[in-house]
Amino acid sequence: MQALEILGNNDTRSGFGAGLLEAGKQNSQVVALCADLTGSLKMDAFKKEFPERFFQMGIAEANMIGAAAGLATAGKIPFTGTFANFSTGRVYDQIRQSVAYSGKNVKICASHAGVTLGEDGATHQILEDLGMMKMLPHMVVINPCDYNQTKAATIAIANYEGPCYLRFGRPKVPIFTAPDQIFEIGKAVTIYEGADVSIFCTGHLVWKSVLAAQALAERGISAEVINIHTIKPLDEKAVLDSVRKTRCVVTAEEHMYNGGLGDSICQLLARNFPLPVEMVGVNDSFGESGTPDELMAKYKLDTVDVIAAAEKAISRK
Amino acid sequence: MPTTLELQQIASQVRRDIVRMVHAVQSGHPGGSLGCADYLTALYFQLMDHKPANFTQEAKNEDVFILSNGHISPVLYSVLARSGYFPVSELATFRKINTRLQGHPTTHDGLPGVRIASGSLGQGLSVGVGVALAKKLDKDDHIVYVNMGDGELQEGQNWEAIMYAGSHGLNNIIASVDYNKQQIDGTVVDIMGFSELRSKFEAFNWLVLEMNGNDMQDILDTNAKAKAMRDQNKPIVILMSTEMGAGVDFMMGSHEWHGIAPNDQQLAAALAQLPETQGDY
Repeated sequence: MQALEILGNNDTRSGFGAGLLEAGKQNSQVVALCADLTGSLKMDAFKKEFPERFFQMGIAEANMIGAAAGLATAGKIPFTGTFANFSTGRVYDQIRQSVAYSGKNVKICASHAGVTLGEDGATHQILEDLGMMKMLPHMVVINPCDYNQTKAATIAIANYEGPCYLRFGRPKVPIFTAPDQIFEIGKAVTIYEGADVSIFCTGHLVWKSVLAAQALAERGISAEVINIHTIKPLDEKAVLDSVRKTRCVVTAEEHMYNGGLGDSICQLLARNFPLPVEMVGVNDSFGESGTPDELMAKYKLDTVDVIAAAEKAISRK
Repeated sequence: MPTTLELQQIASQVRRDIVRMVHAVQSGHPGGSLGCADYLTALYFQLMDHKPANFTQEAKNEDVFILSNGHISPVLYSVLARSGYFPVSELATFRKINTRLQGHPTTHDGLPGVRIASGSLGQGLSVGVGVALAKKLDKDDHIVYVNMGDGELQEGQNWEAIMYAGSHGLNNIIASVDYNKQQIDGTVVDIMGFSELRSKFEAFNWLVLEMNGNDMQDILDTNAKAKAMRDQNKPIVILMSTEMGAGVDFMMGSHEWHGIAPNDQQLAAALAQLPETQGDY
């Protein structure tokens, strides 16, 4: 098994910032709104380049979502930026009525998702956002894995007509996807082909799944690793094609079991091709303060947890 | 341009539409709809520069109206149909299965004239802020009208939008508050009372006008004043005193007709007070 080349180390939110700037250059209709977290969301470059198209909305997220819906009504392509918790749970009904039900072309961009937000603790560490967003009819839900992919995803959603939720994170993580990649919404990316177990992973768990597959290979286990960067619409064909070969599944995500990628995969398999599934995720718990690494270990979201889940899934075949 | 008398006659037909629509499905919100019938008639038949025959979501180079208190959908549907957005006959489908005239307005089914879903209260002014920002970016000097209920101002999101619009001098917003002092459970002042609204809006840097929302001439005069005040570079709100149920004597004077439908006898009694001026649908 080939090790993947690490191209650098950066946070996915910086990929968003770079992608937003590029999307703004490509299309003059792109506008950005932020709720007092411009630096944290890496939106400064867009703000500097396009000051008249950047709207500082203050600590008033509900109004920000509504204003984005209004801007979209008038033909703009608004990107809203705040932490994932304040992008979803705080404004669920605003997104539901003014964006999703109204069919508005709003891009809800959410940083600091999951426990890797770290020391600020559970008030800010949302683990339910994918579930809330994927339940909204026609909402596209994307959770890219590294800087390059987040940048590409940001550009891709600017070119897609319809409401999108883009989730990314705070800590610096390895960059291992191509800088010039074309991001195809709804198209899973196979990183390793394998025969013994399918590992479907998203966000920060993609890199950990890559490391897990490498460790499993040393134990003689051939793991297929598929990056599901788009939670919705789910690439059902990619999932079913893989499991017909491997006959057992691991899902891995920095999210609650309920509502997450694992939940989507289990629904698909239950309807089409029931198989043993082991889920790496958070089981009905809030997070807490700590470093990102400490929290990923404590909440069993680490490479060792993916390895253990793969071995258990194989044993259940 | 219709005369004041002609506008009053159109409003009478709009009121007939409202009570007939609500009666037909024995559901809906006649009280607030009747109260706002005069203002929405004035907006759609005289005050707004708009394009009923060429409806677009984007609304380039035209005025926009956003109904934040979506439960008064009957009055919106009537003025939209009567001003040419869709056939008047479609009013007969209100709240029925497969209709574009959902209980609360929505863009979901492609009904011309509707640019945002509303019903869950408190969201319309924020949407209006967004449309107003887009019009500023596009150097389109048209106006964004937003109507809210007085009870609806209990929703906190309104005050986020009020604070934003005031601090950014969005002089292309003319909001109105349907100040009928009633809500579902009783009077606004009893439930979460504000004895007055002027000082609150003024504190957020808005210009405030007051009018009788059931007096057509006052509506026209006050809106002319509002447009003339735009050069002060502040958003404008019109506190619009209305009578819930206005135009139908037994529906006036309390909150009881907020969300109930007239029976056959009550329909007949209501229609007897409302001349048919444009032809029933």
